[in-house]
Amino acid sequence: MLSINSISKGIVIDHIKPGYGIIIFKHLGLDKADFTVALIMNAVSCKQGRKDIIKIENEIDIDLAMLGFIDSNITVNIIENEKIREKINLSLPDKVEGIIECKNPRCITSVERGIVHKFVLLDEKEGTYKCEYCDQIYSWEG
Amino acid sequence: MLKGRNLIDPQDFTVEELEDIFKLAEEIIDNPEDFIHLCDGKVLGTLFFEPSTRTRLSFEAAMLRLGGKVIGFSEPNSSSVSKGENLADTIRTVAAYADIITMRHPKEGAPKYASYYSDVPLINAGDGGHQHPTQTLTDLLTIKVAKGSFSNLTIGLCGDLKFGRTVHSLIKAISRYENIKFILISPNELQTPEYIKTEILHKKSLDYVEVERLEEVIDKLDILYMTRVQKERFFNEADYIRLKDSYILDNGKLKTAKKDLTILHPLPRVNEISMEVDNDPRAWYFRQAKYGMFARMALIAKLLGVK
Repeated sequence: MLSINSISKGIVIDHIKPGYGIIIFKHLGLDKADFTVALIMNAVSCKQGRKDIIKIENEIDIDLAMLGFIDSNITVNIIENEKIREKINLSLPDKVEGIIECKNPRCITSVERGIVHKFVLLDEKEGTYKCEYCDQIYSWEG
Repeated sequence: MLKGRNLIDPQDFTVEELEDIFKLAEEIIDNPEDFIHLCDGKVLGTLFFEPSTRTRLSFEAAMLRLGGKVIGFSEPNSSSVSKGENLADTIRTVAAYADIITMRHPKEGAPKYASYYSDVPLINAGDGGHQHPTQTLTDLLTIKVAKGSFSNLTIGLCGDLKFGRTVHSLIKAISRYENIKFILISPNELQTPEYIKTEILHKKSLDYVEVERLEEVIDKLDILYMTRVQKERFFNEADYIRLKDSYILDNGKLKTAKKDLTILHPLPRVNEISMEVDNDPRAWYFRQAKYGMFARMALIAKLLGVK
C-alpha cells in the first residue's frame, strides 16, 4: 500500500477521473514546482472505483474554470493545519479560454497570430461548448 | 437602439430591431429620393478578404445611394494583408478612417474577432461557410414583401446545406417566428451542420425533416430557398450523378408546387434554377437582389444612427 503523508497547508484536488491527473498536473505547471507536490494515480475510491489525486503543499492560484471544464465532479480542498478549511465544488464554467484549441481548419483561430481560443458553454447537461468564433461544438476529451 | 452596434450573427438583433430595419427599408423602397443625403459626409470601409461581386456592389450601391462615400479593397492581394498584416491591425487602422465597416473573410468567425478591434460598427458580409447575416436581411425583407409576415410558413431549403452560409443564417433568423416548419432538402453528405441542429432546431423544438429529393416535398412549401450543389462537394461521383437533377428546379418540378410559392436564391445562380423558371411569377430571386440593396441601406442608416 502506497502511503503519502497528509499536508499541513495547501490544496488537495480530489476525485479526478483516472488518467486526467497528469493533464491537470501539467496544466497547473506543477511539473516545474519548487515545493512539495504529489500526483497519485489510480487511487481506490469508494465513489468512483479509481481516481487520481493531486496534493500541493503550497498556496497557489488554481484555475477553477479549467478544472470544472475537465470534470465538474472534481473537488478542491483548501487545507490549513492539516484540516480542510474549505471545500470547493466545481461547475462547468460559462467560458473557457486557452485550455483547448479549435480544430476547425476553416476557423479564424487557425490563421490569426496571437488569437486566444475561446469557447462558450452550449449545453450544461451534455457538457458541450462551442467555439466563440466558428461555433464548432466541443466537449472535453483529455 | 441599433446605433453603434455590429451585425455579426443573424441573431444579434431582436425581432423588434429587425422590424425597425424592414420598416425603414420599405420607406426607402417607396421614396428613395427622400434618403439621398442621409449619409452625407460618412464613409463606408469595404474589406473583402475574399472576392465578391454581388455583396460588395450591393453595399457600395447602398452607401452611394445614401449620399455616403466608400473606401476599401476587393481582394486581399491589393492590401497590406498580402504583406502579412494580421486582421486585428487591419481593422484598427480602417476603423480610424471609416465610420462603418463591412467585411467578408474566408475564415469562419473572422468578423466576430474583428469586431473586438473596431471602434466603429462592423457588418459581417460573409465568413467562410459560416454566416451571411445581410443576405438574411435580404431574404427576410423579400419574404416580408412576398408573404406579408414571417409566421406560419413551411420553408424548403434545398441544395448544399452544409457549406451554404446563407442557409445557416436564414434558419437562425427565421426560427424565431411563430409556427415555422423547415424541410431540409440535400444529399446526405451536405446536410445541415450539427451545431445548427443542436443550437436552433433541437433547442427550440422546431418542426423539421431532412429529405434527399426536392420532388417529394415541393407541393408542401410556401418558400423554396435554392442553393447550388457543387460537384466537388460530393464524396463520390456516383452519388453526384444519382442526385444532381434533383437539385435543379425547372417548370416540370414546379407543376405540383403551390400557386403562391415564393422561390428565392441568394445568387449567383449556375444551373440549379433552369432559366425557364425566370418568367414564372413565383420566381422572386431578382427582386430579392434589389431588396438586398434596400435592406443594406436601412442597416447602414440604423447602425450609423442617422435614421
